[in-house]
Amino acid sequence: MPDTHSQTAQPTIQFSDVSLTLGGRKILEKLDLAIPQGQVTAIMGPSGAGKTTLLRLITGQLKPDTGRVLVNGTAVNELSPKALNSYRKQLGVLLQNGALFTDLTCFDNVALPLREHTNLPESLIKNIVLLKLHTVGLRGAAHLYPRELSGGMNRRVAMARAMAMDPQLMLYDEPFAGLDPISMGISLRLIRQVNEALGMTSIVVTHDVHEVRQLAHQACIIANGHVIAFAPPETLQEDPEPLVQQFMQGLPDGPVAFHYPGPSLEADFLDGDQH
Amino acid sequence: MIKPLQEMGKAVVFLGQAISRMRLTSLQFGETLRQIYYAGARSLVIIVTCGFFVGLVLTLQTYDTLTRFGAADAASTVLALSLFRELGPVLTAILFAGRAGTSITAEIGLMRATEQLDALDLMAIDPMERIVQPRLIAGLIAVPALVIIFNMMALLGGVFFAVFVMGNDPMSFWGNMQNSVELGRDFLHGLGKSIGFGFLAAWLAVYFGWSAKATSEGVALATTQTVIATAISVLVLDFVLSAFML
Ligand SMILES: Nc1ncnc2c1ncn2[C@@H]1O[C@H](COP(=O)(O)OP(=O)(O)OP(=O)(O)O)[C@@H](O)[C@H]1O
Ligand SMILES: [Mg+2]
Repeated sequence: MPDTHSQTAQPTIQFSDVSLTLGGRKILEKLDLAIPQGQVTAIMGPSGAGKTTLLRLITGQLKPDTGRVLVNGTAVNELSPKALNSYRKQLGVLLQNGALFTDLTCFDNVALPLREHTNLPESLIKNIVLLKLHTVGLRGAAHLYPRELSGGMNRRVAMARAMAMDPQLMLYDEPFAGLDPISMGISLRLIRQVNEALGMTSIVVTHDVHEVRQLAHQACIIANGHVIAFAPPETLQEDPEPLVQQFMQGLPDGPVAFHYPGPSLEADFLDGDQH
Repeated sequence: MIKPLQEMGKAVVFLGQAISRMRLTSLQFGETLRQIYYAGARSLVIIVTCGFFVGLVLTLQTYDTLTRFGAADAASTVLALSLFRELGPVLTAILFAGRAGTSITAEIGLMRATEQLDALDLMAIDPMERIVQPRLIAGLIAVPALVIIFNMMALLGGVFFAVFVMGNDPMSFWGNMQNSVELGRDFLHGLGKSIGFGFLAAWLAVYFGWSAKATSEGVALATTQTVIATAISVLVLDFVLSAFML
């Protein structure tokens, strides 16, 4: 997708020299990344590469072992609990499984942040909530509970909830997983439209190499703890880097390991009774 | 020996955090009322039936025992005293843990497992304030109320047995009781205890749910722990409070 202001855009989010070890395994290693303001950036990478981890660093749920995560110039990992709270009010997050509140209806789920953080009258809240649900095509399901909806519908309600406060920064963790082609197309355009209309910055974790072209101004591929590519999606296809080629073409063998690190296959099968 | 101590330490730290982050807003007030209703209504059936049968069997046993000493008249007094001071608060707290406590633990544990607590955090809504605080206060209020209901039902069971089975005069049953039971020393003593027990039961239920591992086994283990820990600590606290209050 052509974009006119990628050269002038300021970085909103900057990872500098970020390393993180979880459960004794290095997930990110000296990672540097600058995500520009006002654009949609896709984060791609093999399963377990640390994409969700990357988002959790931006939300401040995780702190890096070393390095800094800067959002609009402030280091998220150094915020006080109070400052973290006011930072999070500017943030919309779609978690990987939606995480709707199961004892609230779809309407109340979307209304929750509005009721909590604003003093708007209930009539206005009703309008906002129905509008948000309408954009994801689920206004008619407002009175239903999450258990009465399918997984993909749940995720769309969660998307409406994440957008309820019109945040400046939206993080989506695999928004298209489990969506049919129609809802996928709708969600894709929605992410793009909302980003344009509200001038927000969006980060989308996704596996869909092809959708990324319509969605993102630039794509970032992480593997083996590093950023291995950061470019507009149409140029990624031509990237000569073998890592990138492996990912874009979906090859099992190459510089990116498909297998979770462990002993060799022979070693595991020959003394199978070790476990 | 080390593990239960560690767990106790963590539970105390958790309680400290929960109390330090308490806030009173109108949203909180409504949610607390809702939780009082849930915790109370969930336990009502079990409290009413158990209360009635405890009253029945207690009267049966005391009549049998006291008749051997020729003191059958004192049966109603024994019933009332053992109910108000010990059985009412202790049994109610343990039944509450089994009924409402386990569902609080499972509910919060599942919220952890399905990332609902994370989602609250990310919306800048403090889950301590929104989830933990209303349930803590609800336990504090629901258990004493349930104790009063339990005692009432048990007295009813006692009267039923004394009057309809033993054929005693209801007036002398009530009269003997009124003459020897004191409001402060017996009734309020028990009510004071039940506030302590209610707080303990709610605290443990919320704590085990909060610290549950985010898996199905984690939630299952947490609900079991709630019942065991509440039963043990209610009995220990009961002894300590009785020793100080008598
Ligand atoms: N709390 C944790 N403790 C230990 N290891 C963890 C923890 N959380 C994540 N990991 C490890 O970190 C790695 C990255 O996890 P992450 O969830 O970020 O992957 P991902 O890129 O989002 O994968 P997917 O596409 O499958 O969602 C995984 O290998 C996982 O095993
Ligand atoms: Mg993930």
